[in-house]
Amino acid sequence: MVKLLAKSPVEGLVPLEINGLTLTESGPGPITSVAPYAGQEAAASGALKALIGAEMPSPNRSTGREGARVVWTGAGQAMVIGADVDPSLAQHAALTDQSDAWITFKLQGQGVEDVLARLTPLDLNPGVFKTGHAARSQLGHMNAVFLKVAADAFESMIFRSMARTAVHEFEIAMKAVAARAALS
Amino acid sequence: MRIKCPLCGDRDSREFTPMGHETYMNRPDDEGWSPAWDNYLHLRDNPAGITREMWYHGAGCTSWLRVERDTVTHDILRVELAVDVKRGNA
Ligand SMILES: [Zn+2]
Repeated sequence: MVKLLAKSPVEGLVPLEINGLTLTESGPGPITSVAPYAGQEAAASGALKALIGAEMPSPNRSTGREGARVVWTGAGQAMVIGADVDPSLAQHAALTDQSDAWITFKLQGQGVEDVLARLTPLDLNPGVFKTGHAARSQLGHMNAVFLKVAADAFESMIFRSMARTAVHEFEIAMKAVAARAALS
Repeated sequence: MRIKCPLCGDRDSREFTPMGHETYMNRPDDEGWSPAWDNYLHLRDNPAGITREMWYHGAGCTSWLRVERDTVTHDILRVELAVDVKRGNA
C-alpha cells in the first residue's frame, strides 16, 4: 500500500518574517461551502447554528470562532471553516467540500494594513474593517477572501493553485513597506 | 471610479466587469428569429448622459448588478442587484 504524504503547496516558502510582520500558513481544517436553497436561508442558518453553534453570517461578516467559523464568501454563500458539516444540512443548502481548494495565509504584526493596502483595493482601515469582518476581493490579480482575526492579523484565503504566487506578492509588499519604514 | 455594491459596499472598479446595456435583462420569449432578437443582440444606443448597464461583481460577491450611471460625468447614480430587479424587489 502506497502511503501518501500531505505536503504544503508553500513548503519552504513560509513562515516569512520581515520587519516585525510574519506570514504563515494557517491549517484551518475542513472547509465546506454552504449555499442555502431559495427560501431556505433561515432554515439553513438555524440548522447550522444547531450543528456547530454558529449561524449564517450577513454580507462582509463572519460568525463563530476559530475551529468552527462561518465566513461570508459571496451572494448566497458562506464557508464553514474548521468544523465538519453534518450531511443533514443538505436538506436546506448545497454543500461542497472545498478543503483542498484553498490555501489560507495569516499575516500578523504592527502595520499589517500597510502591507495589505498594496495588494487589495479593500478599505482595511481599523475603523471600517473590524475583527470578525470578512470580504471577498482581490490580492494582486487573484481572487481572495479576507478575514480579520485579530486587531493586528488578517487571514487571506487564496485558490491553492496560486499559493506560490501569493507568497511572492506578500513578500514584495512586506519588503516594500519595510524599505519605506527604513527611510523615515 | 467606485461602485457601491448592495451586498459588499463601496468598492473599487477593478473588482467589476461591465457587460453592456440593461437590454440583456430582457431576453425575448420567442424561440425563432425576430426583430426583438435583432434588438436584443445588436442594437444599442450610445448615449452621452444617463444609461443603465449590467455589471458583474466577479472579484466580490459574484452578483450581477444593474448600474445607472452618467457616461459624461462618470457619476454612479444607482446600483441594484439584478436579481432584485428581475423579481420586482428593487
Ligand atoms: Zn458585491
